[in-house]
Amino acid sequence: MLKIWSLKQKQQAEDNANAATGGKKKKVTAAQLRVQKDLSELSLPSTMKTDFPDPDDTLNFTLTIEPDEGMYKGGRFYFKFNIGQGFPHDVPKVKCTQKIYHPNIDLEGNVCLNILREDWKPVLNLQAIVIGLQFLFLEPNASDPLNKEAAEDLRSNREGFKRNVRSSMGGGAVKGQNFDRVLRSA
Amino acid sequence: MSQLVMVENINLGGVGGRPKSRWTYLDNIRRSAGPFCDPDAEFGDESIAMFDSFKVLVIGAGGLGCEILKNLALSGFKNIHVIDMDTIDVSNLNRQFLFRASDVGKGKAEVAAKFVMNRVQGVKITPHNCKIQDKDDDFYMQFTLIVCGLDSIEARRWINSTLVDLVDPENPESLKPLIDGGTEGFKGQSRVVLPTMTSCLECQLDMHAPRAAVPLCTLATIPRQPEHCIEWAHIIAWEKEHPFPKLDNDDPEHIKWLTEKALARAKEFNISGVTYSLTQGVVKNIIPAIASTNAVIAASCCNEAFKIATSTNPALGMEENYMMYSGNDSIYTYTFKHEKKDDCPVCGNVARTLPVDPNLTLQEFIETLAARPEAQLKKPSIRTEEKSLYFQSPASLELKTRRNLKLKMGKLVENGEEIGITDPSLGQVSFRFKLKFSKVFVKVAMVEEKTKGEEAK
Repeated sequence: MLKIWSLKQKQQAEDNANAATGGKKKKVTAAQLRVQKDLSELSLPSTMKTDFPDPDDTLNFTLTIEPDEGMYKGGRFYFKFNIGQGFPHDVPKVKCTQKIYHPNIDLEGNVCLNILREDWKPVLNLQAIVIGLQFLFLEPNASDPLNKEAAEDLRSNREGFKRNVRSSMGGGAVKGQNFDRVLRSA
Repeated sequence: MSQLVMVENINLGGVGGRPKSRWTYLDNIRRSAGPFCDPDAEFGDESIAMFDSFKVLVIGAGGLGCEILKNLALSGFKNIHVIDMDTIDVSNLNRQFLFRASDVGKGKAEVAAKFVMNRVQGVKITPHNCKIQDKDDDFYMQFTLIVCGLDSIEARRWINSTLVDLVDPENPESLKPLIDGGTEGFKGQSRVVLPTMTSCLECQLDMHAPRAAVPLCTLATIPRQPEHCIEWAHIIAWEKEHPFPKLDNDDPEHIKWLTEKALARAKEFNISGVTYSLTQGVVKNIIPAIASTNAVIAASCCNEAFKIATSTNPALGMEENYMMYSGNDSIYTYTFKHEKKDDCPVCGNVARTLPVDPNLTLQEFIETLAARPEAQLKKPSIRTEEKSLYFQSPASLELKTRRNLKLKMGKLVENGEEIGITDPSLGQVSFRFKLKFSKVFVKVAMVEEKTKGEEAK
């Protein structure tokens, strides 16, 4: 024990020149710092923007996606990001806040995107998630369904699926299920 | 050499055995210097008195914890504290040998402490039936050594960062060696962390294999295994129905609800095997424990604790600090030095002191950062634990933090407060600074001018 203490003192003497002193104050957390880095490297195309309801809390924000091509063109989709203190070891929780008709997003807003679950790695960043979400609107994927009916619809009848997407985006019903109006224009 | 000695020494003897002779052989080791002893250490009454004054904290009184408590008491440690938030479950009894069927439902820490105190004379064990997070720095400061037998990464990360933060450069005793044991089936590891001096548990986080996750779409559409049905109940059904305000993995009512949901789903897909205990296992991510692996790892941890406390033999620490053990394919052990990471978010990247004039505006402060030779930051984003001071991007956050640029540093931060700085030019690195005001912050200047102006009128 004494040995360790004396080693520490020796190491300390070397470090002392620049080590911080003073009382304990709240430290910026590792998750905050990493999110800060990811945010400053975020490069968003004109179809996406972020909103921070509380700018001091960078771990909770909303991403808005307004696809300018594909079947979901003309819509405005909101995703809530909730990042825990375990980030980047734990994946951020991302949910769509609207009820939409999409094969990879269920009616509760859960998203089936591999990097949001089984393929998340700490080396991935927020940019990867944002790109992944954007991709879901350009290329809905019928082989990884979270909304089985929508996936089946897309697989069996692409044109019919497109029509159903349009009517759901207008706030209409598809197969007896009502959807939120998500169209951009008033 | 000492192996025979130890075998003879582990004569539990029963209550009121011969307390003096129990420690005879242990005292031989503690009193006389041997060939492997630290040449600077002294052996004798004084060193034994010091050893006796050491207070050891055991975190966890489960599979590893029971073994650790027993081993430490038999290694001659006199003053032990044990902390565990759990109560005894009937499923613990197969390996957590300090508990009996009549103890089911009681607090683990308390029962374990009582059992060992009864069995080993002269040891004082203080139980704490609470979460480690409920205790403050002063609590942890009282110990010499900390031995962990935990089953979660979350708790390990918490105690690790707490112990790193506890280190006060002025006080060597604030450095508490952390000995961590862990097992998973036939595999395990024991490791020693000297907080701030050697690689910490956060540096070693990548040594844990991440939990294998099943794609959400499999859970939602085509479950194949009972575990898929349970995960479905856990993630999808719970979210949808919210039967209780917040999921508590330790609440039997909640687990029962999940079991029923999972059973219904399993029936729908003709899957068998969903049970209450499997549900509990999946939700809490429980890996089957093997009693003997726990014994091997706990023994290794306690030997390191003894060697660190006595300096009788070289221990894991400054050089080699990690012993992995695998019994999966015959027996394999490997001991190595896990290097400290410079950019470790917990023990690397310690805040440096940065003198700052509190009368500068944030804008002016940022300009000084660009000019500082060691920083040379072109587009820094800055925050404190509480506030986002200024973010260069994304646009929405830049807009909301822009007004801070005109504010004085003294108004935005407190003297001694820590800031975190990132900058695209830094790449993976980020800076932490503890701001030290170099001048008095002239808070009232504006107000005074205003009053003067009014008086003039």
